[in-house]
Amino acid sequence: MSVMALVHRRARPVARRRQHQAAEATVGWLAVSPALILLICLLFGPAAAVILFSFTDWQLGATTFHFVGIENFAALWADPPFWKALVNTCIYVAIVVPGTVGLGLATALLIEASPGLRGFYRAVHFLPVMSTMSAMAVVWGTMLHPSIGLVNRTLATFGLTGINWLRDEHTALLAVALIGIWQGFGFAMVLFVSGLKAVPQQLYDAAAVDGADGLFDRLRIVTLPMLGPVTMFVIVLTASRAFEVFDSVRVLTQGGPNYASEVLLNRLYSESFDYLRTGYGAALTVVYLAIVIALTLAQARFIERRVHYS
Amino acid sequence: MAEIELRGIEKRYGEVSVLKGVSLKIQDGEFLTLVGPSGCGKSTLLRIIAGLEDQDAGEVSVGGRLVDGARPKDRDVAMVFQSYALYPHLTVFDNIALPLRTRRLSFAQRLPLIGRLLPGRTGIERSIRMEVEQAATMLDVAHLLHRKPGQLSGGQRQRVALGRAMVRHPTVFLMDEPLSNLDAKLRVQMRAEITALHRRLGVTFVYVTHDQSEAMTMADRVAVVIGGELLQVGPPEKLYRDPQDLRVAEMIGSPKINVVARGRWADDRPILSAILAPQTRHLAFRPEAAVLTTPTAGLPGGTVTDLENLGSDIFVHVALRDGSETVVIRTAPDEPRFSLGCAVGLKVDAARLMQFDEAGRRCGDIERVAA
Amino acid sequence: MSAHRRRSRVAGRIARHALLVVSAAFALLPFVWMVSLSLKPPDEIFQPDFHLWPKTFHGVENYRVALTAAPMLRFLLNGVFVCAVIFALQLVICVPCAYALAKLRFRGRDTLFSAVLVGLLVPPQALAIPHFVLLYVFGLLDTYAALILPWIISAFGIFLLRQFFRSIPDEIIHAARLDGLGEFEIIWRIMMPMSAPALAAFGIFSVVAHWNDLFWPLIAVRSEDISTPALGILLFRDDEAGQFLGPLMAGATIIVAPLLLAFLFAQRRFIDGLATTAMK
Repeated sequence: MSVMALVHRRARPVARRRQHQAAEATVGWLAVSPALILLICLLFGPAAAVILFSFTDWQLGATTFHFVGIENFAALWADPPFWKALVNTCIYVAIVVPGTVGLGLATALLIEASPGLRGFYRAVHFLPVMSTMSAMAVVWGTMLHPSIGLVNRTLATFGLTGINWLRDEHTALLAVALIGIWQGFGFAMVLFVSGLKAVPQQLYDAAAVDGADGLFDRLRIVTLPMLGPVTMFVIVLTASRAFEVFDSVRVLTQGGPNYASEVLLNRLYSESFDYLRTGYGAALTVVYLAIVIALTLAQARFIERRVHYS
Repeated sequence: MAEIELRGIEKRYGEVSVLKGVSLKIQDGEFLTLVGPSGCGKSTLLRIIAGLEDQDAGEVSVGGRLVDGARPKDRDVAMVFQSYALYPHLTVFDNIALPLRTRRLSFAQRLPLIGRLLPGRTGIERSIRMEVEQAATMLDVAHLLHRKPGQLSGGQRQRVALGRAMVRHPTVFLMDEPLSNLDAKLRVQMRAEITALHRRLGVTFVYVTHDQSEAMTMADRVAVVIGGELLQVGPPEKLYRDPQDLRVAEMIGSPKINVVARGRWADDRPILSAILAPQTRHLAFRPEAAVLTTPTAGLPGGTVTDLENLGSDIFVHVALRDGSETVVIRTAPDEPRFSLGCAVGLKVDAARLMQFDEAGRRCGDIERVAA
Repeated sequence: MSAHRRRSRVAGRIARHALLVVSAAFALLPFVWMVSLSLKPPDEIFQPDFHLWPKTFHGVENYRVALTAAPMLRFLLNGVFVCAVIFALQLVICVPCAYALAKLRFRGRDTLFSAVLVGLLVPPQALAIPHFVLLYVFGLLDTYAALILPWIISAFGIFLLRQFFRSIPDEIIHAARLDGLGEFEIIWRIMMPMSAPALAAFGIFSVVAHWNDLFWPLIAVRSEDISTPALGILLFRDDEAGQFLGPLMAGATIIVAPLLLAFLFAQRRFIDGLATTAMK
């Protein structure tokens, strides 16, 4: 065999192999390309565009725009309604999270305590989660109506005079938060129930042998410690959902009265789409985006560490 | 014709070299097992033959045709996997029929919904049904055709996997630890069934296992792969009697071959020294290559530390007098009994004593010296 | 002792039901109120004394007004259409991508997966402005396309399915390749049927999210003809007929009912689906 032939023989498989791997790579790229293109066009591109817009004075429909540096952010900083919205959103989260988690945990413990009507209770508590918020917000609006609403009528039977909950600066945010708890606690309940099902029966048996067979002992020694990770998760989930509150505010108060129930997303919507102040809205969006991403990353780290230690 | 030829196969995963130049020729119709400890590269070699992985260097030919770069389905090989890899959402019938459908139905005929309406499909489906039923009958799973894999026992799944491999009459059967998920009793039964299947089909079988007894009992030839290298290929009895490498000697046979470092042995005796090659570092002998005697001056000896009575044989563990090493000797039950703690002498059949050098290679052919 | 224990257990059960009835009432009250009002004539709604069941049944009239004054059924059909198309397109785009990320080897795969993870961080509301601009530029505002297009790529869907596909053993895919299936056929014939639970979970997540979404339809759509249910009820409220509480509540009932009924028919699927997608 000539030297040439030897060289040829050695070279050929490598070329073939490349071809084979290239085939897999081709299929791979073919499979991901629609998603990749759309990720760029509909996610990363727009995200970059928002940041770009936030440094301009562009208004929707205008043919020209100028870069204005951080002017939009400066305006935002000096804008009381923005601060009001930020503070209100935090207050909203601070009310909804403990309410939802507490009520969800309590109902989960009660539902799992014994088998009677378990499925029925679970379904009933889950109904608000499945309901369309905008329609239910309309319903809540009538329930909180000052004269014909269910809430004030009930108060009236006890001789109390109700107020106009959604038009009162002191109660508007509270009322919206109540609706948030109403919609979310069933979901928390379901997550807690799945956490409860994961607690091994042997732990209860061991606790009983050790003398802890009372309801509260069982809760204190076994149930609540074992629910730790689930609780963390429910808190994180509820908080991030509460942070995105919009529907109920939009439908019921539109942020009013006098920004008493203004929240970030409603502010974002009003500036961007009611007043069409695109640049300003974009700056608001950038701030919102930064907060959400920071929270998500912090939560991810936090959860990771918790899981690691447990 | 479906002999398989591997030439200088190399495979690396990043920095780790899994196969270091394996060359092997497998005859048409042969049953060859690849045996080795887990992680030795034997499964990778099988997947390279199947075309599921690419080698980094070397060539594979099947039936005299180079298949490098050919897609798995174009290689005319069938494979049975350790987990059986049955499609859980398809019935047994559809599992077995799938390779036939992909080969015989055109792309259009395989399309969902529309495919059913295309002409010619009914006839093909009828012949597929016949062949699937035939294979299922042969493997005794004909009564299970309408079930899903989840409703089958381990042995039944194994047969379905065989059926799926068999139904398209491949010229090469590749099997990757197909019995390791079965319980011990079923495993022995399936061994016999697979060898019977091999005889009936008469095609080439390449069978990967980490279980040396499986390799020895089933194969025409056994190839030992350790650390990415092919150490020795040969008929089972040849590997057992005449291993060319210490690792092969230790891999094959149960209980393991006795290995004693030179110097730990009473090798200062003139006869022994005469037959030992200068480069010999390890002496090895099978448990049946020695007999136990009463302690005798000039013979190596030690103390009995354990007795394993298997009924047919008794394995006696002896801690050597002049070292920390232990050897295992097979004795027949009717031979003189040795109790725990008693001192014994060892008489090794010099013709069956093997010598290995520093690197574990066989050296100093005793048989010739002794003769 | 045992009599005492039995008595305390019975007391515990009664307490459990008593407490759960209270929380169940809290959950159900808005629905009961909504349905009750939807059956009442206007004068009865404003009467000082309240009855759950109307004295004069006005239900037929209220629902007739709701259905005729606003295209309620149209809203529902729009909802079904939009949700179905969104989910179908999400599958067409996400499934091959998730398969490639989970099971194929190619340069750039890990980078792309990191990009998907980054994509998970971006809340959809943050993209409203550029999406709006994009649709405006292409003249697609106030069309079905405006409701659908921004959602057809789902980083979450890719992530979820990729995780599930990874749990399917490679041997199955190897077997399929040996059996002669091409990669796209493997996706369609092997991966999709085997991941039915994950697909169902993602489907429920997607449909519930888009059926109930208000933020985006409010931005993208003005006309009644293509409104989704969540937006439709607000359009109806701002209508003349929607000023009357009876028809408004009837409309709300019509909007809320389909998803709640679907849930009641397949509770386990819905709860498991939403819980697993939340857990990821």
